[in-house]
Amino acid sequence: MLVFVILAVALIASAIGVVSAKNPVHSVVALLANFAALAVLYLTLSGEFLAMIQIIVYSGAILILFVFVIALLGAGTSVGDLGPNRLGKVLTPTVIVGALALVVLGYALLHAQNPSGGGMLGAATVLPGLANQIPAVTITPGTEGAFGSIADFGRALFTTYLLPFELTAFVLLIAVIGVVVLAGGGAPERRKAAEREPIAKPERRMEPTR
Amino acid sequence: MIDALPLWLLVAIKSLVLLIIVITLFAYTMLAERKVLAYMQLRVGPNKVGPWGLLQPAADAVKMIFKEDLTPSTADPLIYRLAPFIAVFTALLAYAVIPFSQGEHGPWSIANVNAGILFVFAITSMGVYGISLAGWASGSKYPLLGSVRATAQMISYELAMTMSVIGVILQASTTSLSGIVEAQSRLWFIVPQCLGFLIYIITAVAETNRVPFDLVEAESELVAGFHTEYSGLRFGLFFIAEYINMITVSCLATLLFLGGWNGPGAAGHPLLGLLYFVIKVFAFLFFYIWLRGTLPRLRYDRLMAFGWKVLLPLATLNLLVTAIVVALWY
Repeated sequence: MLVFVILAVALIASAIGVVSAKNPVHSVVALLANFAALAVLYLTLSGEFLAMIQIIVYSGAILILFVFVIALLGAGTSVGDLGPNRLGKVLTPTVIVGALALVVLGYALLHAQNPSGGGMLGAATVLPGLANQIPAVTITPGTEGAFGSIADFGRALFTTYLLPFELTAFVLLIAVIGVVVLAGGGAPERRKAAEREPIAKPERRMEPTR
Repeated sequence: MIDALPLWLLVAIKSLVLLIIVITLFAYTMLAERKVLAYMQLRVGPNKVGPWGLLQPAADAVKMIFKEDLTPSTADPLIYRLAPFIAVFTALLAYAVIPFSQGEHGPWSIANVNAGILFVFAITSMGVYGISLAGWASGSKYPLLGSVRATAQMISYELAMTMSVIGVILQASTTSLSGIVEAQSRLWFIVPQCLGFLIYIITAVAETNRVPFDLVEAESELVAGFHTEYSGLRFGLFFIAEYINMITVSCLATLLFLGGWNGPGAAGHPLLGLLYFVIKVFAFLFFYIWLRGTLPRLRYDRLMAFGWKVLLPLATLNLLVTAIVVALWY
């Protein structure tokens, strides 16, 4: 319980840090702390594999690209340089949607308190249709035993959730091809033509004063 | 007597002992590097402080501590101070799961977790933050260039490294480090996974930013790379992190490919197993120093091309063949 409280406080504090930091790199560091705390939270729920994947994928791969881009594209840009503040226009819809989400979530959580209310987190009560669509998790206790072990995870991924898994892989493949097309500089012929072109003379940046 | 202690106290004692051992090992790896490198270059190396220069690390440490700790005026003070700690923290955290020998009550490690190898990769993948944030926060051009290089290099080679190790995981059919060592009691994985081993040692050198892949701190072009602006103890922390990472990848290579503590007569004798383990790790560290004494630095574009166009396809091929063999014959 104590561990949970410490982690929860760290999670919320770092999340606030991500949003409120003036400097984007400070946001990234706060996000790093957030991911780490979340991974430890998974560990306390004995989701060993999930915790490791959380760190490897999010902290190890995705977040480092944030650092990379921010470092290259100049983190000196402050909020004021990005044009007029548009927060006022989106504030009202954000608050309304947020309040609605809070009500739904609170309702679901309240119903989860009594087991007869139905289902995990009361999802069946709030959204009966959705609950029917989610396939039942049939994890056979494998030789590795505990819930969240790699063997069980893999078995569920390649049997119950095979179609979503393959679809996700396909979507990622499309993204990879898209990146290659965008970054590859077009077809080989066009690239050759571009190489043959003489290098453009630099524009004269300063007009002679009269 | 050991069973009577509460768990947290036991873990704390284990961690403290291991911390002291690792830091001492770091100091003497550094000295060994200077000595071996000197003999390879027909010099003598440090020999004034203590017999054969054995007290040189202590002298170096005192020097580090008493140097002035400078922060450039253009630096981001918070991140600049945080970065060395991230580097050392992630370097040390990997030792939480590395087992050193097999006793009666299980492996000799702080924690024996099932996802041990994944834990090590997760932690070492965070080590790049120390370097990239340090370079950015210095507010100076050479560190920034060094850290951008480091980031690109480390995330590229990490991919091939992980791929090369998945072959081992498949063959041992476990992700627990002690389980992987037990699976090698008859045959070390260096024999069936020789390609994987080759890829692993190359990528391991690149991951720790050592010669010939030390473009991060290429002194002929980047002054000192990401740690140009650091001085005193903060510079020392980066130094510690680099050498501890070296020891970590050597331990991993021993565990994954060289049979860990397995050896003639080691079964049932944990101390003999520990000796075998240490010998294998030292052989790797010597190999590292030997590389530094032999090879020149790669050009940066060749480094990236080598990682993406040679190592990654080879690692994928290795993984594919291993997966087919394991699926058909195991």
